[in-house]
Amino acid sequence: MEKLLGIPVLASEHGQRVDDLIVYVHWLMAALFVGWLLYFIYVLIRFRKSRSPKADYTGAKSHASTYIEGAVALVEGVLLIGIAVPVWAKLADKFPSEKEAVVVKVSAQQFAWNFRYPGPDGVFGRQDIKLVSSENPFGIDPEDPAGKDDFQTLNEMRVPLDKPVIVHITSKDVIHSFKIIALRVTQDAIPGLMIPTHFKVKQGGRYQINCAQLCGNGHASMAGGFLIAESQEKYDEWIASKAGGDSATSFE
Amino acid sequence: MQPKTHDTKHHPAHEAHHEPGFWSKYVFSTDHKVIGVQYGVTALFFLLFGYGLMALMRWQIAYPNQPIPVFGGLLQGVLGDAASGGVMSADLYNAFGAMHGTIMVFLAIVPLAFGAFGNLIVPLQIGAPDMTFPRINMVSYQCYVVGGVIMLVSFIVPGGAAQAGWTSYSPLATIIPTNGQTYWLVGMIFLITSSLLGAVNFLATIIQLRAPGMNWMRLPFFVWAQFVTGFLLLLAFPPLEAAGVMQLMDKVLGTSFFLPTGLAVSGEFANISGGGSPLLWQHLFWFLGHPEVYVLILPAMGIVCEVIANNTRKPIWGYKSLVYSSLLIGFLSFIVWAHHMYLTGMGTKISTFFQTTTMIISIPSVIILTCFFISLWGGSIRFNTPMLFALAFRPMFGIGGLTGLPLGFNASDILLHDTYYVIAHFHYVVAPGTIFALFAGIYYWYPKVTGRMMNEALGKIHFWFSLIFMNLVFAPMFVQGMAGMLRRMSDGGAQYSSAVIGADAIGGLSDAIMKMNINVSAAAWLLGLAQIPFIINFFWSIKGGKKVTSDNPWDATTLEWQTPTPPPHGNFTKEPEVHRGPYEYSVPGHEKDFTPQTEK
Repeated sequence: MEKLLGIPVLASEHGQRVDDLIVYVHWLMAALFVGWLLYFIYVLIRFRKSRSPKADYTGAKSHASTYIEGAVALVEGVLLIGIAVPVWAKLADKFPSEKEAVVVKVSAQQFAWNFRYPGPDGVFGRQDIKLVSSENPFGIDPEDPAGKDDFQTLNEMRVPLDKPVIVHITSKDVIHSFKIIALRVTQDAIPGLMIPTHFKVKQGGRYQINCAQLCGNGHASMAGGFLIAESQEKYDEWIASKAGGDSATSFE
Repeated sequence: MQPKTHDTKHHPAHEAHHEPGFWSKYVFSTDHKVIGVQYGVTALFFLLFGYGLMALMRWQIAYPNQPIPVFGGLLQGVLGDAASGGVMSADLYNAFGAMHGTIMVFLAIVPLAFGAFGNLIVPLQIGAPDMTFPRINMVSYQCYVVGGVIMLVSFIVPGGAAQAGWTSYSPLATIIPTNGQTYWLVGMIFLITSSLLGAVNFLATIIQLRAPGMNWMRLPFFVWAQFVTGFLLLLAFPPLEAAGVMQLMDKVLGTSFFLPTGLAVSGEFANISGGGSPLLWQHLFWFLGHPEVYVLILPAMGIVCEVIANNTRKPIWGYKSLVYSSLLIGFLSFIVWAHHMYLTGMGTKISTFFQTTTMIISIPSVIILTCFFISLWGGSIRFNTPMLFALAFRPMFGIGGLTGLPLGFNASDILLHDTYYVIAHFHYVVAPGTIFALFAGIYYWYPKVTGRMMNEALGKIHFWFSLIFMNLVFAPMFVQGMAGMLRRMSDGGAQYSSAVIGADAIGGLSDAIMKMNINVSAAAWLLGLAQIPFIINFFWSIKGGKKVTSDNPWDATTLEWQTPTPPPHGNFTKEPEVHRGPYEYSVPGHEKDFTPQTEK
């Protein structure tokens, strides 16, 4: 079924359950649809006017339909309680501890992605809404020593393999949506809200970041963002190289 | 309110005194049938217009940034730079996309399903001389026309029509630099007012003006469907009307209902007070938006039910289940709206609530569809054009409904959200679903309105080609969506294709998926050509169709067929008295295979 549906390649830990659900639901859909269709075709032939000139006032007497409806409700209930709710509960509530995870702040804008890393110390510098200005839209406090090694990138996000990643997602202007199809991650980027989600990448590579919410006339070309998943060593090297030098990378 | 006897006495006298002139008869009429036809013709125009927008967009999707043949020059002439060189700009694509959705939902399908069919048929089916409030009915149509004109004008204002999708999400809708967005909001306020006036009128009419003996369980299911639809419109639209006014204030008066603090647009700090919530708009929008789905589908189910009963020559199986299911759908449709918003950062408890209600609402929909399927058993099925459309409605709506399931579960929605899978899903519900039912209704009730039948041969050509091309348009979109092609891309996803981002990047769209764009577009254009037989049939049959030989050409049971053809002002020559249920076909012991509701 997975092949038949053409589900795209999967590279995250939680994604398997997402795909399982899609496959199971499509089995249910296929069973119902094929059942209906066969019955439909049979009835259209069997009860066409030339073969069945006189209609029967009572019609069907069977109660099979009630059982079918009951069965549909039951299967839906099982999928809901068995997969959908637990998967969501894990994604929305069971966050890995920030100490063991890579934490990245994502801010979308028309029409690019900004990523903010805490640098080698793993601590973000203080941000304060009072410091927000057009030069400093994130309100970063230049005095905070923890912020000295923070850095920002444009359209380039890197994470280590097999390690939990927590992303805090927001937007500077309009609503965007941070979607990485192969990782089964989708989270709207909403101005005024900082929304976290988390995932773990199981396979190295360069992943397309999609914007999945209409965000203006450049929506279709907001395709410059990539997530690169690599080994811990390479990732550490990258962090060190970024943090040392150009900490004022523009995100405008 | 005056009892209906007043009307039946009053109207013949009223007519005898002065024959209304052209303007009061055809333009400023208060006769529900004339208003119904006005709604119908206007809505069919918008249906064609909305299709036209999409047909042009499909060029841009299939052949991004290439000049549109034939129509490109025209577009440039009318819209200027937005179509410079005959190429559809991203702004224009977004405008057409937003307006395609708006026009199809609010100016084409709802007015056709509710305004046209509801107006024409409901008073006839319940045995009423007219709507309860004929003048309000007229005003409802006029508001609809004003709303439609404002929407059309918005195409040529500086900046072009609205570009933030039919959902008009803030802050995009507020900061987008076009006045079209303001026109959109004002137009919407008129359209909503129109629907509210219509809804009040329908509810009052169905409650108050039923003929003697027409108790609730003798109402044709079509009337029940319109009744529930009326409640949905009445209760769901006011929040959107309020929200529309608030967004309008954000846009023109500098308020910040939906704009948060700290907005920075293209590097510049936005000059707004802030403190608002973009999510609030989404809640208010979808609080209407989801019941609206059932506003689109329930009248369609009503039409299908009438046509099936008539053409199987037997009662509908499970009439009571249909009624209770539609009531349940009406109630539940108010508590499922946030399933459109799973990915806005929703917690487990809230999302569990909404996906549970979403799964529950699928059950009455399955029951209705099942009743329609089982109704065929034991019938004597006539395959005329209305029946073909009503039959095709079932598997088509079935596909649309079933593919709602993986979108209704939040976990599977993670992959499918905002992909073409969603587009295919709701189009299967509304296009080969609702629109097919509307076609069935047009072919079925046309002889009552005009006194002539539509041509069967043209009707069948229309049906078969529509069925084929509808599926060739929408079925491939499931495949594209599952592969990760996203909606609302003004280049058909070209910049997300492997060809552009490199074959090494994971998540690019393959060549095969991209090529489907061309096939889908071709099918979409052919679908348009397939409507030509219908357009010819619709106009030609007014004068050239076969004349009906009786007032009841389909041998039907419901009251609309007990009136003269076409029904005069006041509808019934004498007040009908109802003695039985709506679908008394092939009653044992009766000579004819149909027993009208008026028969003892």
